[in-house]
Amino acid sequence: MVTPDRITTTTCPFCGVGCKLQLHIKDDAIYQVTSPSDAVVNHGNLCVKGRFGTDFIHHRKRVTTPLIRRQPQTPGGRTQAFDRAAWREATWDEALELVTDRLTGIYAKHGPDGLAAFSCAKATNEDNYLLQKLFRALFRTNNIDHCTRLCHAGSVVALMDALGSAAMSNTAAEVALSDVFIVTGSNTAETHPIIALQMKAAVRKRGAKLIVIDPRRIEMVDYAALWLPLRPGTDVPVFSAIAHVIARDGLANNGFIQARTEGYAEFLASLGPFTPEYAESVSGVDRRLIVEAARMYAGAANASIYWALGIPEHTHGTDNAASLIHLALMTGQIGRPGTGLNPLRGQNNVQGASDCGAMPWHYPGYQSVTDEAVAQMFDRAWNVEPGGLNRARGLSTTEIVGAIGATVRGLYVMGENPMMSEPNLNHARHQFEQLEFLVAQDLFMNETAAFADVFLPAASFAEKVGTFTNTDRRVQRVRRAIPLRGNARADWTIVCDLALRIEARLGRPTAGWAYAHPAEVMAEIAQVLPDYAGIHYERLEGEGLQTPVDDTSHPGTPFLFADAFPRGRGLFRPLEYIPAVEPTDETYPLILTTGRVLEHWHGGSITRNSRLDELFPEALMELNPVDAATTGVADGQPVRVSSRRGTITLRAKVTDKTIAGVVFIPFHFVEAAANLLTLDDVDPRAKIPEYKACAVRVEPLQEAARPSKRGRR
Amino acid sequence: MTETVHLTINRLTVETTRGATVLDAAGAIGIDIPTLCYDPRCAPNGLCRMCVVEATGARLLQAACVTRAVEGMTITTESPRITRARRTVLEMLAASTDLSETPDALAQIAETGADIARFAGGRERRPPVVADNPMFVRDYAKCILCWRCVQVCAEDAQYAFAINFDGRGFDTQIATFFGKPLPETTCVFCGQCVGVCPSGALKPLRAWELEHPDGPAA
Repeated sequence: MVTPDRITTTTCPFCGVGCKLQLHIKDDAIYQVTSPSDAVVNHGNLCVKGRFGTDFIHHRKRVTTPLIRRQPQTPGGRTQAFDRAAWREATWDEALELVTDRLTGIYAKHGPDGLAAFSCAKATNEDNYLLQKLFRALFRTNNIDHCTRLCHAGSVVALMDALGSAAMSNTAAEVALSDVFIVTGSNTAETHPIIALQMKAAVRKRGAKLIVIDPRRIEMVDYAALWLPLRPGTDVPVFSAIAHVIARDGLANNGFIQARTEGYAEFLASLGPFTPEYAESVSGVDRRLIVEAARMYAGAANASIYWALGIPEHTHGTDNAASLIHLALMTGQIGRPGTGLNPLRGQNNVQGASDCGAMPWHYPGYQSVTDEAVAQMFDRAWNVEPGGLNRARGLSTTEIVGAIGATVRGLYVMGENPMMSEPNLNHARHQFEQLEFLVAQDLFMNETAAFADVFLPAASFAEKVGTFTNTDRRVQRVRRAIPLRGNARADWTIVCDLALRIEARLGRPTAGWAYAHPAEVMAEIAQVLPDYAGIHYERLEGEGLQTPVDDTSHPGTPFLFADAFPRGRGLFRPLEYIPAVEPTDETYPLILTTGRVLEHWHGGSITRNSRLDELFPEALMELNPVDAATTGVADGQPVRVSSRRGTITLRAKVTDKTIAGVVFIPFHFVEAAANLLTLDDVDPRAKIPEYKACAVRVEPLQEAARPSKRGRR
Repeated sequence: MTETVHLTINRLTVETTRGATVLDAAGAIGIDIPTLCYDPRCAPNGLCRMCVVEATGARLLQAACVTRAVEGMTITTESPRITRARRTVLEMLAASTDLSETPDALAQIAETGADIARFAGGRERRPPVVADNPMFVRDYAKCILCWRCVQVCAEDAQYAFAINFDGRGFDTQIATFFGKPLPETTCVFCGQCVGVCPSGALKPLRAWELEHPDGPAA
């Protein structure tokens, strides 16, 4: 029996649930992960990633020393280099001096618009706060964003519009208090497995009724009272038809509407065309299911709505989310335990990275960069001359990629992998090739880092100190369990070191980078981010705190909006049905929708360098038996999938899990990268791309055509 | 509405809520009843019989983990009869099972003075190690059949229903249906089973490899 040298309690680095992990360490390596049964978020339960997937930390491919590309890279001629021979090892001093030279050089020549940064929803609050501070205070640009743009941006915009707050309104575990709950656009059992356990228990042990509204027959359908299988992109008609029935049948909560909302009359008038019959005609959902869902939701004592990326990842993602918000506002199913609007956040710290200002339109705390009073406050907080900070909105991730070569010349990528996660990857590749200078700060030489000039090796979650904010707004500690590997450094120390060099080079008065510990960074965050005002490390020792935490004696906030919405009244907004951008046709007759599988994580940097990859080694496309017959594809057969933008080859899995007319491909696998196919059209307001619907063609191939498992290197 | 019931445990009067077990009620006043299969995370099953107690009116010893407290009940948690029963449970377990990584059992053997050689020479349960997946190893020679793994795989946590009892009597073992390798079952490799295993029968592959540096599991 192995006895641990020590056991370190920390927070899981995978999804937004934020499970408590106990890392069992022997000889500075993790050999077992457990969780205490009294953990408030997960009650001792974990999923395969948290329990067995942290071995990536020790993977032989991990880069643990700074690297500089041997061959100088030029705009237009930039290449990917996965082979270590193309890089030489460098000292931190040399690498950071080079980064300083090149970034300040571009800044001198092209000004603030010449630079941009991708911050990171896997990094800590402190890491994210500091990177946005660096780019804002030193380079005077708001061109900083992170993968929230590619996930819940539509939800955030819709919730900010309607309520004035973008986070989950309730604690995930409150599903136990719901009589009825809707799960839509969320494959919860695979993407938020621990919240799914609480949902399953709510159904099986407490008799709650679950309504699943999703184009896939996901596992949660096994627990559902109703399943509404809608065609991708028809969310607005379906949810508006549910609203139509609620209003028509007198199920609306008029008291709540009068007391807490505005714009209802206009909204009500707009519902006229959204009859169940009309919704059926565009979505394929039986009208009777729509009526039943409306009665079930509106008739519940406590009803809640949970959604993930199937809602926002559309060119009308903001409208989709608004159509859900309307249901809660017109029935008053919000502001009490077991009710509410709950966008399940994907990454471990996407809530925190957003809270901490890693976004082009907002300082920390969703305070607008265009608001003069806010900008003046940050001028003072960061020791910037009055009026010094940039007052104009920056570019979002997809806009940054689009602006490379036109305005953006230098890019800093901390821990993200846009060369897997951006839509329409062939276009993204072309854009990355035009960069003058690219820095990657990561654990692995992933598809994005391979384009870089300088690679800065970062510490893993188990090697550093900080905080993550989970999907239900709980700020939790991340603790160091093992020493830094090789010459790797914690992200926050890399950023501070670099900031001091850049500041000296630009001759700016210091914005303050001399932190001895991330706790000091959090103390600064608490001063500028009102929802975190009462947070300091001593208070986070146990189960963390749920924001807003207004002051140092405030106990945190399990559910929001008990008395009012931050914007005052909840706002209804009439919606129109805008179909998906790319309709199917004879050449591209199927709809492709993309997403995740249980065993893998996003662009694959982490999970494909883990034993998780042995468990799920190969990309699989889900294909309905009806479409398998039409396309002549057998279960397990290799297929070529093409869209107007690209082609990939992978194996088909013939299954009822996807409805006829729709194929599903996970986006983790570089050898069959789903995002070569997807569209880079974005929602006009949220700037989120349409990952969930594009038109494709599927053709059967012979076995020999299947790509090797490692198409990349 | 919670209702209270009163019972006597070792001559002490205890007030508890209706529905509580004798084990709960005893624990609340600091009376420690030994357990092996019991885990507060799982629905109790009374499988191991370590927690047996005497209850007035009951002919047989009762498993405290599944016996509900009722008004007027009188319970005794320590007596020669109880000790003999617990010792025999441990002696039979020690004869058939590798208890080297079940610290609870080893502690109770020492405490009760169980004679682990009493049934020496009897049949031992030594099934081969199962290493059929990249995540964890199953060494059922160490399994004490507490059933926690089956329960967390089912309604106590995961609702995956990948494993259950297989075989009968002495040959009872935890197994997948039809003995299929785990990757071919409904297992999602959450490892809740590994998390509740009290005996080292379920281990992460990495831990197994540290213990067996000479080669992978069978």
